[in-house]
Amino acid sequence: MGWHLLRGWTVLVYLFMFLPIMVVVLLSFNASQFGSFPMTGVSFRWFVELAENEAILRAFRTSIVLGLLTSVISTTIGVLASLALVRYNVPARNAISTLLIAPILVPEVVLAVALLLFLNALSVNKSFALLLAGHVIFTLPFVILVVQARLVGIRRDVEEAAMSLGASPIQTFFQVTLPLLAPAVFAGMLFAFTISFDDITGTLFWKPGGVETVPTQIFAMLRNSISPEINALGTVMIFLTAGLPLAGIAIARRLALKRGG
Amino acid sequence: MGAVTLQNIVKRFGAFTAVHPMSLEIPEGAFVSLLGPSGCGKTTTLRMIAGLLDPSEGDIQINGRRINDVPIHKRNLGLVFQNYALFPHRTIAENVAFGLKFRGVDKAERDVRVKKALDLVQLPDVGDRYPKQLSGGQQQRIALARAIVIEPDVLLLDEPLSALDANLREDMRVELKRIQHQIGITTVFVTHDQAEALALSDRIVVMSNGRVEQVGAPEDVYTTPATEFVARFLGASNILPSICTGTDQTTVALDNSAFGKLVLPRERAPHVTGAGAVKLAVRAEKLSIVAPGAAGAVGEEEVSVPGVVETVDYQGLAARYFVRVGNEQLQAINMIDGSPFAEGAAVDVRLRPRDCTILAEAA
Ligand SMILES: Nc1ncnc2c1ncn2[C@@H]1O[C@H](COP(=O)(O)OP(=O)(O)OP(=O)(O)O)[C@@H](O)[C@H]1O
Ligand SMILES: [Mg+2]
Repeated sequence: MGWHLLRGWTVLVYLFMFLPIMVVVLLSFNASQFGSFPMTGVSFRWFVELAENEAILRAFRTSIVLGLLTSVISTTIGVLASLALVRYNVPARNAISTLLIAPILVPEVVLAVALLLFLNALSVNKSFALLLAGHVIFTLPFVILVVQARLVGIRRDVEEAAMSLGASPIQTFFQVTLPLLAPAVFAGMLFAFTISFDDITGTLFWKPGGVETVPTQIFAMLRNSISPEINALGTVMIFLTAGLPLAGIAIARRLALKRGG
Repeated sequence: MGAVTLQNIVKRFGAFTAVHPMSLEIPEGAFVSLLGPSGCGKTTTLRMIAGLLDPSEGDIQINGRRINDVPIHKRNLGLVFQNYALFPHRTIAENVAFGLKFRGVDKAERDVRVKKALDLVQLPDVGDRYPKQLSGGQQQRIALARAIVIEPDVLLLDEPLSALDANLREDMRVELKRIQHQIGITTVFVTHDQAEALALSDRIVVMSNGRVEQVGAPEDVYTTPATEFVARFLGASNILPSICTGTDQTTVALDNSAFGKLVLPRERAPHVTGAGAVKLAVRAEKLSIVAPGAAGAVGEEEVSVPGVVETVDYQGLAARYFVRVGNEQLQAINMIDGSPFAEGAAVDVRLRPRDCTILAEAA
């Protein structure tokens, strides 16, 4: 009896979480010109319109470029910072570590305003570079957390063995440490990309005039009316931000399997 | 191949000194063990030779060349760790070939040498596997193959057998000895297991608290310990405070509470210079426990004193007895002939003075 209740409750919780998303996906295929029920037929017309909407396409390009740059820069800095913190005797290691993780703990609005005020004080104008910097600061803690956890698990003696065999410290990094770190680097990049791609709060504060990312574009469109195009856009976003990590995990699994688990 | 010389090397970690001034000559082709209890500085010493730690003071030479400032990847050493440290993302063949790539060995030659190394460790068919697909013992053989395939000047091993279970450890011990003989490489072996050190080494360096207690051939260290620490660390020993009552050209006369007067041959007491307090060491196996007044006459050389068995530690082939003689409790390990003596039995404890030794350290 108790089990049935629990099971029913669990189903309800999942419905609560996923029903809105399913509704969006469903409605994006609605033939009607209103972005809501009832469904009048199945059609791809909103996807076609989406593909022809210059503003949205521009936002997409901006988001993807921003996401890719964020993930590359954030991961590079994150890997180097983790290496320094884990492998070398950095003074005040704990303080630095906490400082690097702090952006996760600070509310995003506060972080957004702080960065803006800081740049105002330096009388620097808003720019794409600033937006990128904001996203890097914001995604860095996630990369560091993932990479550090993995790095701690890589035994020092494996690197020492490589050096004893004639590999210089740099060769050791590229031939031993980095390959062993690869799953974490990969995960860090995915994290950074999806977080950047999804972000709206900071982006609204930092973006220069005329530049829109996908989330800010949706936000702007919503102010006028709920167009069915937005449903289609939502569906595309869901497939990108959920599909990418899933594909990533699958690839990582396969790589691990090849090495005998 | 190379000879290793340590000249007064010291290692300090902050205020703590892990290795006190230590000097050591390791001749070319020798198998030398650093033996001592946990924390005595064995690994620290090995890591200084390897170039993984900088000595705080002193020089390290290989083949007469000072290498203090040569980084590890230019030292041409083979290193084997307790936990194998194979590269998990590379196949066994790639693991073994790793060091050859940095030595400009071409692909064809590399394959030949990898195959030879895998044959040497008797695992010719595992080249395509990944480390995780091998057992612990097999992984350690691969680690050894990877270290020796580069033909290093010196092979450094840090407790390479201690992650293996007991049976495998003995097999690997024999295997290691065979391989070392076959290629004749200078080897420094770190262990806290005296049986391993005795079985493998040409020379044993016994360490305690960052200091060298004694250096010598296994037999010397075992039969003529220089200090109480060495006597106790290598097997069970009785240490008896004694008084030296006189010496001459060939003998040393002693008096002690358990055996009374003893006369030792001079070579068993090389350090004694004159009368005074000394420490007498007797191995537990050298005391024989017999029934009171048993046959097998007490030879001219043998002393016999009465005692009482207090504790018996039955070990199958042998037994370890704790026997009260006067005020002393003595330890004796004897083969069991028939059945062991019971607790409380009155026995005779026999000793040949030439089986005793006088420790170099003062009483
Ligand atoms: N990096 C370090 N910083 C401070 N102290 C250290 C460091 N490395 C080793 N020590 C200390 O130096 C001493 C010797 O350590 P070492 O690792 O050489 O011992 P060991 O003889 O190899 O022992 P074991 O058999 O347990 O491996 C120990 O007391 C250890 O705590
Ligand atoms: Mg050690």
